[in-house]
Order: sequence, then C-alpha cells, then structure tokens
Amino acid sequence: MSELRALYQEIILDHNKNPRNFKRLEDANRTVEGYNPLCGDHYTLFLKVEGDIIRDIAFQGSGCAISKASASVMTSMVKGKTKEEAENLFQIFHKLVTGELAGNMSLDELGKLAAFAGVSEFPARVKCASLPWHTMRSALEAKSKTVSTE
Amino acid sequence: MHSETLDTVDRKFDVLRVRRDFPALDQLVHGKPLVYLDNAATSQKPLVVLETIDRYYRTENANIHRGVHYLSEQATEEYEGVREKVRRFLNASSRKEIIFVRGATEGINLVASTFGRMKVRAGDEILISAMEHHSNIVPWQLLCEEKGAKLKVIPMSDQGEITLDEYHRMLTERTKLVGIAHVSNALGTINPVKQMVADAHRRSIPVLLDGAQAVPHVRVDVQELDCDFYVFSGHKMFAPTGVGILYGKETFLEEMPPYQGGGDMIKSVTFERTIFNDLPYRFEAGTPHIAGGIGLGAAIEYLERLDWQGLWEHERDLLDYATEALSTIKKLRIIGTAREKAGVISFVIEGIHPHDVGTVLDQEGIAVRTGHHCAQPVMQRFNIPATARASFALYNTREEVDKLVAGVHKVIEIFG
Repeated sequence: MSELRALYQEIILDHNKNPRNFKRLEDANRTVEGYNPLCGDHYTLFLKVEGDIIRDIAFQGSGCAISKASASVMTSMVKGKTKEEAENLFQIFHKLVTGELAGNMSLDELGKLAAFAGVSEFPARVKCASLPWHTMRSALEAKSKTVSTE
Repeated sequence: MHSETLDTVDRKFDVLRVRRDFPALDQLVHGKPLVYLDNAATSQKPLVVLETIDRYYRTENANIHRGVHYLSEQATEEYEGVREKVRRFLNASSRKEIIFVRGATEGINLVASTFGRMKVRAGDEILISAMEHHSNIVPWQLLCEEKGAKLKVIPMSDQGEITLDEYHRMLTERTKLVGIAHVSNALGTINPVKQMVADAHRRSIPVLLDGAQAVPHVRVDVQELDCDFYVFSGHKMFAPTGVGILYGKETFLEEMPPYQGGGDMIKSVTFERTIFNDLPYRFEAGTPHIAGGIGLGAAIEYLERLDWQGLWEHERDLLDYATEALSTIKKLRIIGTAREKAGVISFVIEGIHPHDVGTVLDQEGIAVRTGHHCAQPVMQRFNIPATARASFALYNTREEVDKLVAGVHKVIEIFG
C-alpha cells in the first residue's frame, strides 16, 4: 500500500479530479494532440506562444489519473515560463519518473513535480506521466500535430 | 477413441487439487498471494507440461523428419504423436488436417494468404464480426486491399451478441469467406458458431473459426461444428507460447498453394522446380517448435484427464458468482452481457481509467488485463477507450473472485 500511496499521492488524486487549465484555449497559436494507443490516453494541448514565452497553456481530453494529473501540473508549472525553462523542467521531470534523479534535488527544488517521484517504481506508468510533456515539447518545436507514445 | 478418453478421467473436478498442478500460482506478488485473472492473455502451465519440455531437451532433443538416428526417430515419433492427440482433441477426421503453426494469428494469416489469395477476387466480400480480435481483422484487411475486395462487419448488440438477422442479410453471392471468433476475447461471448457455419454453408461459403479463447473452456468438435478452418494457440490452453494449430478440411488444404517455402514442405528440389510435400507437411516449412509441440501434447493429455463436465460447471459458477458480485458495485459497468459467455468479465468504472484500476489491483496481487485487448473496434463500439478484464481459468476460485471484488472497492475508495 505504501508504494501505491506513493504513486497516487494526494496531489495527483486532486489534479485528476479537478484538473487545472482543463479547457480549450480559444487564442492558442499551437495545438497538438498526444495519444497513447496502448491505453487510449488522448489529450489535446493548446499553447499560446509569444516569442520565447509560453503565455498561456491548457488541455482537454481523457486518460488515466497519472496522465491527467501530469498534464494539469505541467500546464500550471510552465505557464509564463520561457521555452528553455520549460525544457529544463521536462529534463528534471524525465529523470524523476525514470528514477535517474537519485536524490540530487531537494523536494523544494522539485516543487509540485515531486508528486510524481513514485512513478519510477511503476515502469508501466512512466509513459502515462510523460505523455503530456512529450506533447508540449512537440508543440514548442512545432514538429508535428500528433504525438504518439509508440 | 472418445470412450478411451472418458476411461482415463481419473477424478471428479477438484479445483484445489488442480491448483497444485500449476506451480506459478503459488507465489506472492507485492507481498500478497497471486490472484491470476489474466488467462485470456495467456494461461499458466501445469507441471506436467514443464516437465515434458524439460525431459525432451534433456534426453530426446533432435531434429525431426530427417535423421535416421535414434534421437531423431524418437523426437519425430513424439512430435507426430502430438498431431494425433490434437486430431483426437478436435475430433478431426484425419491427421492430415492438423497443421502446426506458431499460434492462432499465424493460422489465420496462413489461410488468408493461401486460401484467401486463391479464392478472393476484386468485388468479393469477406465477412467478419464486430467483436473480432485484431488477428482476425488485419489479415483480411491486407487481403482485401491486395485484391480489391471488401471487408464487411456483422454488427453486434449492446449485450455483445452477433446480430444474426444482419448476418443472414450480409451472406450474399459476393461473400467468399466468413471469419468468426468462437469465443470473444474482449467480451466473453460464445457465438452460435454451429448455426452460423450452417447458414454460410447453405450458400457454399467456407467458414474459419478463431478458437483461441474457446479451447481452454469448451470441448471443440470440428466435425460437429462442420467449420472449414479452426485455429487456436497453445499458450492459452496451458501449453507453451509459440505453438498453435490450424485445422483445415482436407479438401480445402489439398487445393491450397503453399504458405512458406523451405525445408520439410518439399518432396524434391532442383533449381528449376520444386515438388511440394503432402499434407500436412506442405504447410510446415522449416524446423518447427518441436519442444512447444510436445508441450502442447502434454497439455492436451492433462486436459483430457480432467472431468470436463465438472470443469464446465466450475467455470460457469465462477463467472456467475463474479458477475453477480461485480454487478452490485454501483459505479461498475460490465461490458459484454451475452446470454452465452465463457469466463471473461470486461468492466469499466465510472470516472476511473482502467489503467489505474489495473495498477491498484496489481498492488493487491491481482493480475488483470487493462487496455483494448487487441480489439479496438470493440472499444469503439461501446464508446470506451479501454476496459479492465478479469478472465478465468479452471484453477481460479470463488475466494479469488472475492479478492477481486475487494480490490475494486479499494480502487473506488482511492479515486471515488
């Protein structure tokens, strides 16, 4: 049960139930879909990017608690950040969920991302947590309209 | 032959005794006793299968159909003996009709690329049902694309039953083949295949049955069903992965072109010309999965020693018991409520994604499948992204169903 509680922390359960920025962004200038064909997680990410800054970001769609909470936390963290800052957050997040961070950062430094530390104990769920982030990176690089985990 | 099978039934079905035959069941997962409810994906293996494979590699290992030496003759005899066991298991009329393949998927691909290529032309139609596994969709799609033919899909009801009226309407002079799951992997529906075969035969349309989910649960008699092709995988019926069977009526197999070329499927080869081997070897190119085949033989022997009436009643009881218990959970909805079902319960819980259900259950030691079960069109039909699926085998118990139900309550407590 302790591992389970570590995965489904209160923050994750809360963001799953009441996702932040869960809406369509009417003035978005980048819209990208993220899809995990294995479990059917499917999100649309809306970004309003001005120069180097992510002015606004929101998402819609459906999926498991981990992916939805991840999208919710991610959007609230990168709003107002530069592309580079968002990329840095992704790098930290990625190391965290793949278990490569190994205590190099304090909980304070991780902020809300810390809620996802438990994911590294569940290899099958790393893709769920990462889907929104990969989708955002793709939107920032403006590479493609659809991101798939496969 | 069948009376001999009955004579060897040495005990009344006793689930606790059966459980002891499956060593993998006796383990802890996340500190809890394993509750293995993912049998529609693959079953666990009885000790006798493991020991048979071990003995084969230790004392008999040799290539078959080739050597004049002792070991090769031993291995050949044992492997061909399995063909006879499979013939008896399916009640096929001849061992020539039993083709070893890698699994049900390869069996269907074999039929599509030989029989299908030979029979299907532009404008023709192939008929499948709305509840097929991807392996009984994609090979036909590829064939239709190649030939300019059309893949037609028989609809199903909200309960997950094939709409027979529609089926009858869709059988036309353009229909060249019907492919139907005997038992649906995603919904558990047992389709009325005997009747469906007869309906197709009235128009002289051959029928392939995908028996992957049927053979571990129901006795299959291909002569009684009168199907033209029947495929199944060993690993879902307590045998190893990588071996399966294609049954085909001899008259069809005789006229079909070869599938793969190579050793074993030939009589003589020159650079100018090859004379193909007789049935069943013509469709068995290359060294087969000999150990797997022999393991399949051991699994069939194991199954034939069981009391099938008792087994059927036990599985029926499990399904009814689980259906009733899960139905009392308010937010839970069972997908697939056909009148005739084998041990599969697919379900969704309102507001909770199946993957989260699966992760929580796993922490309780309960193995279920979550996802689309390689049947995405079924998910689309019911307008859901995925389900959680508990699937039973002969070794599951009511106590395990109780644990599943408790696990589901825990899921709802966490996410509710």
